[in-house]
Amino acid sequence: MEEYSDKVKDHYRNPRNTGVIENPSGEGTVGNPVCGDIMTIYINVDENEVLTDVKFSTFGCGAAIATSSMITEMAVGMTVDEAYNITRNDVAEELDGLPPIKLHCSNLAADALQAAIDNYRYKKENGEI
Amino acid sequence: MSDKLIYMDNSATSPVDPRVLETMLPYFNEEFGNASTLYRLGVEAKKAVDKARKQVAELINADVDEITFTSGGSESDNMVIKGVALKEIQKATEDNPRNHIITTTIEHPAVLETCKFLEKFGFEVTYLPVDESGIINLDDLKAAIKESTILITIMHSNNEIGSIQPTKEIGEIARENKVLFHSDAVQSAGKIPVDVKEQNIDLLSISGHKINGPKGVGAVYIKKGVRLEVLIHGGGQEKGLRSGTENVPGIVGLGKAAEIANQELEERMKHNQEIRDALIEKVTNTIKDSYVNGSLENRLPNNVHFRFSGIEGESLILRLDDKGINGATGSACSTHDLKGSHVLAAIGVKPALSHGSLRLSIGPENSIDDVDYIVESISEVVNYLRNLSPLWDNKTDTYIGDLFEKDVDEEDLDRY
Repeated sequence: MEEYSDKVKDHYRNPRNTGVIENPSGEGTVGNPVCGDIMTIYINVDENEVLTDVKFSTFGCGAAIATSSMITEMAVGMTVDEAYNITRNDVAEELDGLPPIKLHCSNLAADALQAAIDNYRYKKENGEI
Repeated sequence: MSDKLIYMDNSATSPVDPRVLETMLPYFNEEFGNASTLYRLGVEAKKAVDKARKQVAELINADVDEITFTSGGSESDNMVIKGVALKEIQKATEDNPRNHIITTTIEHPAVLETCKFLEKFGFEVTYLPVDESGIINLDDLKAAIKESTILITIMHSNNEIGSIQPTKEIGEIARENKVLFHSDAVQSAGKIPVDVKEQNIDLLSISGHKINGPKGVGAVYIKKGVRLEVLIHGGGQEKGLRSGTENVPGIVGLGKAAEIANQELEERMKHNQEIRDALIEKVTNTIKDSYVNGSLENRLPNNVHFRFSGIEGESLILRLDDKGINGATGSACSTHDLKGSHVLAAIGVKPALSHGSLRLSIGPENSIDDVDYIVESISEVVNYLRNLSPLWDNKTDTYIGDLFEKDVDEEDLDRY
């Protein structure tokens, strides 16, 4: 099969920022175990709307794990608005590309991060944090 | 990363046996003649091909002139199914379209896709279901046969879960109903006894590279008297059944591999089963929520197919590769679409769980001494991936994937 880039390999071999944040500012889950990919992203946001901590938990292929890991590195230090604009393509490019078949099916990390930010904004609007 | 290499994917392909390679080598540049030519080089090439034909015939208890060489298992399946279909449809009458084929839901794509192709041209195909062991029900088969049935094509054993079909009984039913019986024996030949006479088989496919022979060569057994329409036309090689200059080194290699597999069959079966059973015992005892897909009865001695809940197969395969262990998975990622294994679906494994499967297929070069390392490695990787997985609750150490399952839009799947 088509080989993953060295950067993808590095990220699925040694994924960064794995695990759960207890009582996070926001969390988002996307995917479906039936299709073979599901991921949850947890974020902590400080008073300046900057992401201070991003963690993930993923069930999926090498690309799913690598994109999750990659986006946690990309997002930390960004503002919520900046992080919300990270696209699937941005993640794939940061990983030096993904095999074509993986671009769609396993590249959910940007969606999961957006879902986590949506959750953070919802909680903020409703006075939960 | 590991320096070790434990190759346990022999159902995907297998290394060429050194004895096979040695037999093949002279036919590349010394005895390189075209088997159709009249001078010594050609005569020697022809002799070599005839010897290989005898070696292959002996492996499956066929007569020498019942063996035709092809480029491999897929070509053999295509040649037989399309060849029978095109021959028989010419006998169609107003009362009998002679266009019905019976197969199973768990065939190799070489059979399934060929059947689907024929459906586009007016053939009708019945796909028989299998039970949770991956075996067909003979009453279903009997019920599916009708006047217009021309061919039953049912694999000898399954490439994913190793289930062995009751070939002899299927063949009896086929004969009683005057229907031809083809069996894809790519995974069975050289692994378990395959006897076309005793098992009532009319047509059979085999492949070189699954039995420690070379890639790009296979054979088909066509019982005396059975007629196929020819698909590859040309210079009339292989009695006109399959034109094209003979792949002499490949054919010689297939012959030698068949001879060795035949001689060592009993010993290999014992060797494979010993390793398989040790793997099953240790894995299922060591790793929580680990299961064997399919049944242990009527199963190839060299096949074991595990399932681990909460993890995905591709990441399992990649991490095992880093530890020097090569196996296969039935996960969606391995099937080039998002549907996962059609075989695991057919035996009732839920899609969310079928992604976490691992097939290990054992070959003569594997050793029982490697079992402990393999089990430790699998255990370590499964635990690592579960720790990373939202479908596994690390606090209670249990699978919670059911909570996340959603219905899948079929159109979404077809897009990929």
